[in-house]
Amino acid sequence: MSQHFHRKETIAVDNLVQTIGGQEILRGFSLKVYEGETLVLLGRSGGGKSVFLRHLIGLMKPVSGTILYEGKDIAALKEREFAPVRRSMGMLFQNGALFDSMNVGDNVAFPLREHGVTDEALVRGKVEEALDMVDLAGQQHKMPVNLSGGMRKRVALARALVSQPRCMLYDEPTAGLDPIVADSIDVLIRRLQRKLGVTSIVVTHDMKSAFSIADHVALLHQGQCYFYGTCDQLRESTDPVIVDFVEGRSHETP
Amino acid sequence: MSLVQTLGHWLVSFTRYLGDLALLAGETIHGITHGHVRVRLLVQQIYEVGYRSQLVVLITGAFTGAVFATQTFFQFHRLQMDTAVGPVVSVSMFRELGPVLCGLMVAGRVGAAMSAELGTMKVTEQIDALRGLGVHPVDYLVVPRFLAMLISMPLLTMECITVGIFAAYLVATQVLGVSEVYYLDNMLYFTGSRDVAMGLIKGMFFGILIVFVSCHQGLNAREGAVGVGRATTEAVVIGSLFILVVNFFLTMTLNIFFPAGK
Repeated sequence: MSQHFHRKETIAVDNLVQTIGGQEILRGFSLKVYEGETLVLLGRSGGGKSVFLRHLIGLMKPVSGTILYEGKDIAALKEREFAPVRRSMGMLFQNGALFDSMNVGDNVAFPLREHGVTDEALVRGKVEEALDMVDLAGQQHKMPVNLSGGMRKRVALARALVSQPRCMLYDEPTAGLDPIVADSIDVLIRRLQRKLGVTSIVVTHDMKSAFSIADHVALLHQGQCYFYGTCDQLRESTDPVIVDFVEGRSHETP
Repeated sequence: MSLVQTLGHWLVSFTRYLGDLALLAGETIHGITHGHVRVRLLVQQIYEVGYRSQLVVLITGAFTGAVFATQTFFQFHRLQMDTAVGPVVSVSMFRELGPVLCGLMVAGRVGAAMSAELGTMKVTEQIDALRGLGVHPVDYLVVPRFLAMLISMPLLTMECITVGIFAAYLVATQVLGVSEVYYLDNMLYFTGSRDVAMGLIKGMFFGILIVFVSCHQGLNAREGAVGVGRATTEAVVIGSLFILVVNFFLTMTLNIFFPAGK
């Protein structure tokens, strides 16, 4: 897949440093993501993958380092200045983060209404289209509390997609889902990339999912980018850290 | 840690807290002046904050007025000043009891609800989702609550005061046997628009305090369910204490513009 996209950088992160509670989570993390590709960011739980993703959408500010998004440094932007950047991005949160006071339809319509679309017929049409894309057509009236984990994630995905972002950030899209639902989410991510050409960053530690969707893979280890390459390069690597991660070995004895 | 250090530490955190509240107020004003007000959310909040608080506020006002009239009557009766009960109750209700008690009840009912709702949204990443969708949480969550409180609180305060005065009148004249005509005449003679203005201004001010304290607690809730519980408790405690403390300084200041008595 990797040879088909243009080599234009959408995101370029350089030397990102972040500390939380006195602990250095990111220690000079650098990464490039090219337009239209799907990059999978792997790493141990608690290793700073989600923290990194939150920097891209301005939910966290780095201690130091630069984040270029479409050539513009967004690391230093103030909260209100970030809004236009965020509107060109979509983020799928780990638990969906649906607004529990609204039904599915209103959740998906939220970005459209907030961004000034007043034509309700148009809103309804777009909501239907987005829900159809995640195989949840006709579920507009359900409340988030009555949905299963997989359905919540798919609604959240529809909400992130409805305003047609140029860049999608997925925070562990398959975590906590059964293998079949997880696979359907992977298929969705691939479909979106193919249909809409969305640049995607997927944070996960699900190797099966990673191999099925990635153009490039990066491994975050001890706060730095330990590996960057294609899926084949990852599979063929003999580096013990990478091999342990790919094969899921902890070296602990029972 | 020495006493001086502890005091210094406390003073720094308190000043920082006041600074946080001021920043939240600044963001709210910015949201109102630079963004659009979401009318649907505003109406919804007026319903939650104003309409649904009425019963609590009315009962508080009524029984405060009634018991205040009774106690005043017991004291004044010995001096044969029965008809002074009217003005005492009325002026006290307008200037102090009405706004303060209404404020305390609203801090308990609405303040707790606001901080719990915003706190839950914070810990379930719904606030992050709002930000991620390019919507400022203050514009979406605090602005409608602030405006709803600004509209509702003076009205609630007036309801509380009116019901209190009416209950006092009923108890004094129907139960305790005070002359109706003298009661009303004395009350109207000693109560003026200055007292009404003081009640309204205080009510509005307490409403603003409740909104910022509660929303600040909610938006800064941490650590899951425990964090939300703590935020809610603190919103009510801090809100109520602020009302009691600020009331004293408001009385002193407002008395310059609206002096008590003729």
